Amino acid sequence: MDWVNVAIQGILLGGLYALFATGLALVFGVMRMVNLAHGDLGILAAFVALFLVQSLHLGVMWSGLLTIVIMFVVGYLLQRGLLNFTLGSDDTRPIVVTFGLSIIIQNGLIMWFSADSQGLDAGTIENISVRITDKLSIGWYPLLVFLLSIVVIAALQLFLNRTKLGRAFRATSDDREAAELMGINNRHIYGLAMAIALAIVALAGILLAVRTTFDPTQGPFRLIYAFEAVIMGGMGSIWGTLIGGIVLGVSQTLGSQAFGSGWGILVGHLVFLTVLAVRPSGFFAKTVTA
Amino acid sequence: MSVLELQEVDVFYGDFQALFKVSFKVEEGQTFACIGANGGGKSTLLRTIAGLQRPTSGKVLFHGDPVDQVPAHDRVGMGIALVPEGRRVFPSLTVFENLQIGAYGGRKGDWNTDSVMELFPLLKPLVKRQASSLSGGEQQALAIGRALMANPQLLLLDEVSLGLAPVVIKRIYEAMVHLVDTGTTILVVEQDVQHVLTVADHVACFLEGRISLEGKPSDLSSEAITAAYFGM
Amino acid sequence: MSAPDFRVARSTRMHRYVLVVSVLIVAALASFPLWAQVSFLRTMVTFFTLLALGQMWNLLGGYAGLISVGQQAYIGLGAYGLWLIGDVIGLHPFVAVILAGVLAVAVALPVAPLIFRLRGGYFAIGTWVVAEVVRLVVANIQATGGGSGKTVISAARLPIDTRISGTYLLALFVAVGSVLLVYFLLRSRLGLALTAIRDNELAAQSSGVNIFRAKLYVYLISAFGCGVVGAVVAMNLLRIQPAAAFSINWTAYALFIVVIGGLGTIEGPIIGAVIYFTLLQSLSQYGTTYMLLLGVIAVVMATKAPRGIWGFIAKRWDLHLFPVRRRLVLEEPPKPESPAAAGTSGPVAEAS
Repeated sequence: MDWVNVAIQGILLGGLYALFATGLALVFGVMRMVNLAHGDLGILAAFVALFLVQSLHLGVMWSGLLTIVIMFVVGYLLQRGLLNFTLGSDDTRPIVVTFGLSIIIQNGLIMWFSADSQGLDAGTIENISVRITDKLSIGWYPLLVFLLSIVVIAALQLFLNRTKLGRAFRATSDDREAAELMGINNRHIYGLAMAIALAIVALAGILLAVRTTFDPTQGPFRLIYAFEAVIMGGMGSIWGTLIGGIVLGVSQTLGSQAFGSGWGILVGHLVFLTVLAVRPSGFFAKTVTA
Repeated sequence: MSVLELQEVDVFYGDFQALFKVSFKVEEGQTFACIGANGGGKSTLLRTIAGLQRPTSGKVLFHGDPVDQVPAHDRVGMGIALVPEGRRVFPSLTVFENLQIGAYGGRKGDWNTDSVMELFPLLKPLVKRQASSLSGGEQQALAIGRALMANPQLLLLDEVSLGLAPVVIKRIYEAMVHLVDTGTTILVVEQDVQHVLTVADHVACFLEGRISLEGKPSDLSSEAITAAYFGM
Repeated sequence: MSAPDFRVARSTRMHRYVLVVSVLIVAALASFPLWAQVSFLRTMVTFFTLLALGQMWNLLGGYAGLISVGQQAYIGLGAYGLWLIGDVIGLHPFVAVILAGVLAVAVALPVAPLIFRLRGGYFAIGTWVVAEVVRLVVANIQATGGGSGKTVISAARLPIDTRISGTYLLALFVAVGSVLLVYFLLRSRLGLALTAIRDNELAAQSSGVNIFRAKLYVYLISAFGCGVVGAVVAMNLLRIQPAAAFSINWTAYALFIVVIGGLGTIEGPIIGAVIYFTLLQSLSQYGTTYMLLLGVIAVVMATKAPRGIWGFIAKRWDLHLFPVRRRLVLEEPPKPESPAAAGTSGPVAEAS
């Protein structure tokens, strides 16, 4: 029963990974750009929330909501103010610039907050468990995170499929120039896509911060897990990132249980590399990238 | 006042000059044909009018107002719609969604999904299909319909017969006659001279970025047109 | 009239001057162990390793278009390779340095086909994953010293003069070697293939270029170079440790050097390394402010001046210090009345 417990923990963890992954996948889907600072921006959000809690004495929930709004705006400005200028036929510039951004954010956070681990205290919600059977109980918080991830992904999918703006996103992703001819302003769409992506990763960062400790150097790890979830899930599929996240989460928790806590992450990586070797387009690939 | 006027327009692609001091006028309700061989600059012309290309010098006037600095996505709202070369329907969107997106930045008017599908009945059964699965002729009809959804004053058509079977081209041009009847100003670029001259009331022939011949089809002999087309 | 004769030439007179000056500089540098201070020699080792790192990263990123943020995998492997081959197997540390590069290649070989399934930004993160995997494996195995690492005893046991001078000369050799390696590579068929791929991959492929093989070779060569760099660094520091050996900072330094100096040129990383190194010395407090500044400069350069400093110089004064490009030298056709003149160099056309 221990294994089932561990697997379920992995599934729920997968929800958090999927949340981190969704923003990354959205940005890549709309503007074919990979943001290497994606994880760091999630951690930045956690620090912003922490700052709001400590200085404005707002509760965690209100700080969280305010942080999400802030990061939405930050995303729009970042895209239109900097990243839009790196887009073009050359793949290398966005990678170099977002990597530089990653360095800036990490070191900026260390300078402002110090390199110490921090935590976001949400009170008792973190510790409540729900009993399922005699031997099986699930933490209320991980379940909440998982459900939130499903809600966010469903909302995003609905947005893309059913709304006028969502259609504009898909059209821009298909053919940027033809979209311009429809009256769609690319640069604005890209800005909105990044804004939404950062709002989602902000939520992910805050949920992470409540669940565990965080520090300025955590960003790259978040990026890597998000990336692994996206690739395993299959590019072009938002629900796929949930599946990818779950596979990763379960691999990590089962790995930890089987080989010891230092090895869990490694098992996750090895599962990822195996999927990459055996099924490189992921489980649910919709788009085939050149 | 003319709907569209170009004054001494030069367009460069990097170091390569595609248009040399091009000037002409399109009047309201006209169907203006631009013909010429490949490389004549016709597509560049349409792209410049639509805003995807900026002239290096010269002016593009729409109803007398200069638009050369207006970005492409704003020109749709002004009343200029382009059916681009190669159709370029949105592959991951359905037929219906492609039409919907045509109205995104456009104006109010008579064209909506119903009236467009009246014009192109072949689209009716395809409404829910993904645009990538359509044939060339179906995609062309969709691309034209999509542009119409913006209720343009000036409709730009770039090589609509390219790569299509003769029977399909015939159907497209039949639809175009309807369009002409509605009074829309149309600027159509074609390599296929025969078909376009049946609908056009004014024609300009482009050769290597310059206008080599201009006038009413009824006034121009086929020898003159051939000579201007090939630069003889 | 017959077509003019031509020959394909590589170097001009300027290039011969550059060669002479370069040889003199290297000879001067090689003489340092005779009269310079130990601390200075050790600092120069850092400079040489950065220069070599820049060349290797640029080879992958600037010429093959494969931006990697995971070369630290091979740097770390090189460091651990030195320990493995020098301490455990027992070969002479100077020999172990080169073999450490081979170890890096051995790991790069199965990795390449795997990560080549990814493109662009996802390829970059993929290289990061590989680096993380290697780091985690090394950090979790007790045999390699786990998280606290090991001392490179075989190097520490060398007589101090031999070690200091030897490490210095080795580093100089690696730096010069990296430049020459890239230079000769670019002049070879592989180099031509890389330029074609960089310009237009589809066209290159239809011309018969084996894209996968070209990228594979470059990836392996870069891994080798990074491995050797890692080994030299380990020799200089005498300690290896997973956190430092596999640190993402290596990528940060390489990226900075290449972006500032000029992506896709041989001269670029040299300039970048000089600038980075000078900054390093003057901003002697090594820490977060410095890294932050690096990040800002990299972002600004990549956005505003993507060709780097050397790119600007090369364009402005049409200067290329390394004769990699091929030039068409037209020769006057022999005049029909007079006896055929020996080929004089007539009008010269540049072709890259």
